[in-house]
Amino acid sequence: MKRVYVNEKWCLGCHLCEYNCAFANSGMQDMATALKGKPIYPRIHVEENDTISYAVSCRHCTDPICVKSCIAGALSQEDGVIRVDPEKCVGCLTCVLVCPYGALAPSESGVMQKCELCLQNSCGEPACVKGCPNRAIVYEER
Amino acid sequence: MGVEFIYPEFEVIRNDNRCIACRVCERQCANEVHFFNAERGVMMSDETKCVNCQRCVSLCPTRALKIVKSDCKLRENANWQDDTIKEIYKQANSGAVLLSSMGNPKPFPVYWDKILINASQVTNPSIDPLREPMETRVFLGKKPDKVKRDANGKLLCELPPQLELSLPVMFSAMSYGSISYNAHESLARAATELGIYYNTGEGGLHEDFYCYGKNTIVQVASGRFGVHKEYLEASAAVEIKMGQGAKPGIGGHLPGAKIVGDVSRTRMIPEGSDAISPAPHHDIYSIEDLRQLVFSLKEATEYKKPIIVKVAAVHNIAAIASGIARSGADIIAIDGFRGGTGAAPTRIRDNVGIPIELALAAVDQRLRDEGIRNNVSLVVGGSIRSASDVVKAIALGADACYIATAAVLALGCHLCRTCQSGKCNWGIATQRPDLVKRLNPDIGSERLVNLVKAWQHEIKELMGGMGINSIEALRGNRLMLRGIGLTEKELEILGILHAGE
Repeated sequence: MKRVYVNEKWCLGCHLCEYNCAFANSGMQDMATALKGKPIYPRIHVEENDTISYAVSCRHCTDPICVKSCIAGALSQEDGVIRVDPEKCVGCLTCVLVCPYGALAPSESGVMQKCELCLQNSCGEPACVKGCPNRAIVYEER
Repeated sequence: MGVEFIYPEFEVIRNDNRCIACRVCERQCANEVHFFNAERGVMMSDETKCVNCQRCVSLCPTRALKIVKSDCKLRENANWQDDTIKEIYKQANSGAVLLSSMGNPKPFPVYWDKILINASQVTNPSIDPLREPMETRVFLGKKPDKVKRDANGKLLCELPPQLELSLPVMFSAMSYGSISYNAHESLARAATELGIYYNTGEGGLHEDFYCYGKNTIVQVASGRFGVHKEYLEASAAVEIKMGQGAKPGIGGHLPGAKIVGDVSRTRMIPEGSDAISPAPHHDIYSIEDLRQLVFSLKEATEYKKPIIVKVAAVHNIAAIASGIARSGADIIAIDGFRGGTGAAPTRIRDNVGIPIELALAAVDQRLRDEGIRNNVSLVVGGSIRSASDVVKAIALGADACYIATAAVLALGCHLCRTCQSGKCNWGIATQRPDLVKRLNPDIGSERLVNLVKAWQHEIKELMGGMGINSIEALRGNRLMLRGIGLTEKELEILGILHAGE
């Protein structure tokens, strides 16, 4: 299965992936309209300090502990992609706690959202990968 | 401020309707032009630091940015132009020699643009390179004057060492130190994939790149940095650098601040010490002296590798080339006055040397007249900008072209001409680790390969149009060229007819 992989060596810490992610999942046509003047809630986050940076998003584990621990049955695995049903999510944040990669963060409303590889939005391919200026994020089979 | 103030050369225009304050511009600008004003929640900029490298423009996700030349002008004066006056101010402020980078930007004539190429019509057939074989391969090195046979009449096939190129283009010298590790890796990988050569420049060869040795030309310059036995042995050819088109007659100076870590080890000089290349080679004051170095290098490489002598195009270049052709060198590289540099005194870069077109024509003619053209191959550089420049150079008599500015442009350079600052936002002319990583060699080498392959297609198209199916048949074929808007004297030196003749 193709997954999003990050290569810390080439990450510039520019944070473009976060904005591309937020835009891709906004459902809007224009980035300025979608993101101007508001806080963004991307599904990928750049972790960084002075010397190192890399993007973190859902690893789509083959044996996902988040799915097992979800008390509301909101998380599921479809063809390897781990998805969240915001209608079922109660915002208990158990998945945030158990994710070994720290890849999860809630949406603006408090219920969970997560990387679904842009398969459900209009982008059709991971927007973080498409917009990375230095190929630090790739979408490939490994 | 006050008398020292010079109004910024560029203005950053930010479209506030589009700017989403993502701060990508701020994070990507090594010159610290952009900053976020938290109180007002908007991005702002300090134009005094902007060099117009366009990194922010290229990475802005909403295309909210553009950089324009400032229209705050001094009173118009045809003699004392804005730039001239501001250079006076800068020197009055600093007391220093002005420094510049990349090639001569002044409006001197570009002869390539005054030369037109022929094509076949009716009486001779043109060739379609998509349907018929088209040979762009060339060999550089000394060629035999005549066919030789042994006592039994059997052909003697032994040739002096040759460089084989899949097309007559090579990446010219840029040292590790002046450009980054990732830039070198991009060039080395692209040269290997393309079947051409890149040139280490005078900064030595990083140990990681010995594996690309068979596509590497190593340079021996006046500072002798990084020259040792394995370095020479690793290479495909050795180049003696006598001069550089951007700064003929002067040496080089890589500041101690750039001599860090690997650069220091590769150059074989202590960290933090300035790398000063003397203006002359202190052991070369004549062609005879040059011959000694040529043969020293041949001895060291067991006569297996061609020796290149690189000189800047200067006034008496034909006589100089004639001397080099007799020195035992296999290849002469001539660098025109528009050639790039990582740093040169502005006055030298903008006023010294001659155009490569005229130098090439003069040298090729002189070597032919003296019957020694086969002694050497000619490689020309100094602003070869396109496939048509390559074709014109070959028709004027070159065996191959050196490209470097075009190559760094492919790597992302936006020709802001401030390499000397060491803060290249594109990760090319810098040693700052956070900036170097901006050039991913996977992308860099791919783009270089794309560029050169595109040129190869274009060269084939142009050759096909002329009815020529081998680059060998184009070399020195000046009948394929016509001048336009040139004087009698210029046509005479170029050895071409005027359009219509």
